[in-house]
Amino acid sequence: MEKTLTEKELDLKFKYRIMQEEGGERIVRCFSCNTCTLSCPVRLVDEEFNPRRIIRLALLGAKEEVLHSPFIWLCSACYLCSERCPQDVKITDLMTALRNIAVKEGIMPPSLQAQLDLLQQHGRLYEIGEFENKKRARQSLPSLEEKRELSAQAIELFKANLKVER
Amino acid sequence: MKIGLFLGCTVPVRAMNYEQAFRRLATELEIEIVDVPDFFCCGFPAKSINEETALLMALTNLAIAEKNGILDLITLCNACTENLTEAHYRWQSKAEIREKLQPLLSHLGHAYSGSVRVRHGARFLFEEFQDALAQKIKRDLKALKLYPYTGCHYTRPSEIYSGFDSPEAPNTLVELLKLTGAQVVSDTNSCCGGAVLGFKEETSLKMAGTTLKKVKGLGADAMVLICPFCDIMFEQNQKKVEKLLGETYELPVIYLPQVLGLALGIPREELGFNLNRIKMDGFWSKLEGS
Repeated sequence: MEKTLTEKELDLKFKYRIMQEEGGERIVRCFSCNTCTLSCPVRLVDEEFNPRRIIRLALLGAKEEVLHSPFIWLCSACYLCSERCPQDVKITDLMTALRNIAVKEGIMPPSLQAQLDLLQQHGRLYEIGEFENKKRARQSLPSLEEKRELSAQAIELFKANLKVER
Repeated sequence: MKIGLFLGCTVPVRAMNYEQAFRRLATELEIEIVDVPDFFCCGFPAKSINEETALLMALTNLAIAEKNGILDLITLCNACTENLTEAHYRWQSKAEIREKLQPLLSHLGHAYSGSVRVRHGARFLFEEFQDALAQKIKRDLKALKLYPYTGCHYTRPSEIYSGFDSPEAPNTLVELLKLTGAQVVSDTNSCCGGAVLGFKEETSLKMAGTTLKKVKGLGADAMVLICPFCDIMFEQNQKKVEKLLGETYELPVIYLPQVLGLALGIPREELGFNLNRIKMDGFWSKLEGS
């Protein structure tokens, strides 16, 4: 796990890239107090996740290390660190920004790809068909239709944007 | 009172008991529910992929609500509440967000003027129906010890919720449950782990285990939830957590409108309890014995 990063491996402009991303604007305010890591419910059960370390690595410019590491996907987005951060870094939004950058760089975890496909095909994360509606009727619930069109269009817009950026 | 009900993805398929109990409670409180067939996913799941897409999806749903004359949009899922509230908040407070998203929204054939008020169903009951509920209570639930679990996105990030309840120790569920006469055991909630499930299952199960173990230790007869994603962790994955950690909880997990419904004297058959997955024999015998 321990590894020494050399200057050659660092992208010193990475923090500016992060600051351009929605939610990443405040990363440079971090003074490494560790409140986030000590508050984190994920960290409590999994040592691999350490928000303070991720922020340090990002500020140092360890772009590959950050974007390719599984830990940026482990944030549970509970916003507890964001509430407590004395520097108002908005860490949860920052984690989202790092994920969004990773996706733009072509890194997409399989579970996210699966969700995207579902949203495109069904307009929701779960299919609603005859089976679901029969079950709903048994619970005296009104039947529902899938509305995929707008969801699919929103995702198409995003994909079109991706191509422009690359 | 007329409200629009935003169901989202998970509630109408995996938490029909929650939806059924909420609708039944609404009837009892003379709340008129408007169902809008055009609603789709709130956009929250797209956040990790692209923040802008998540906001656009939320704003489109808000625009659809507005078009249908809905001023009060009520949600049952914490994630829907968060994303719709955030989209509305940012649309209203940040000109650059409006400038960026307006063209995309009109590309989808919609426009949003900002008139919709989004509230979670629990907050809505707390703010509008506390007195009505108190007056309609027919059954004292004092035999039951209940643990309210609010979940994260009900009050966080606090910036978008204008501080209506404490971000770390929200009081809504405690107050609503006290109306029923039940013994409420509460403390600060720790995240259920739901958002980690798709990335590292073992970690998310351990997170759920932290809470299940604690609640079991407090001697609660049931956990009371207001989010279908918390339910996926605490109820639908409870057996997996037990297996992973080598422990036994057998802890019933129920939804807030189900408990309130019982207190209002609504028969349990009408509150969707047939779909609760953890055996509730102990819960019922305590309640019937009282």
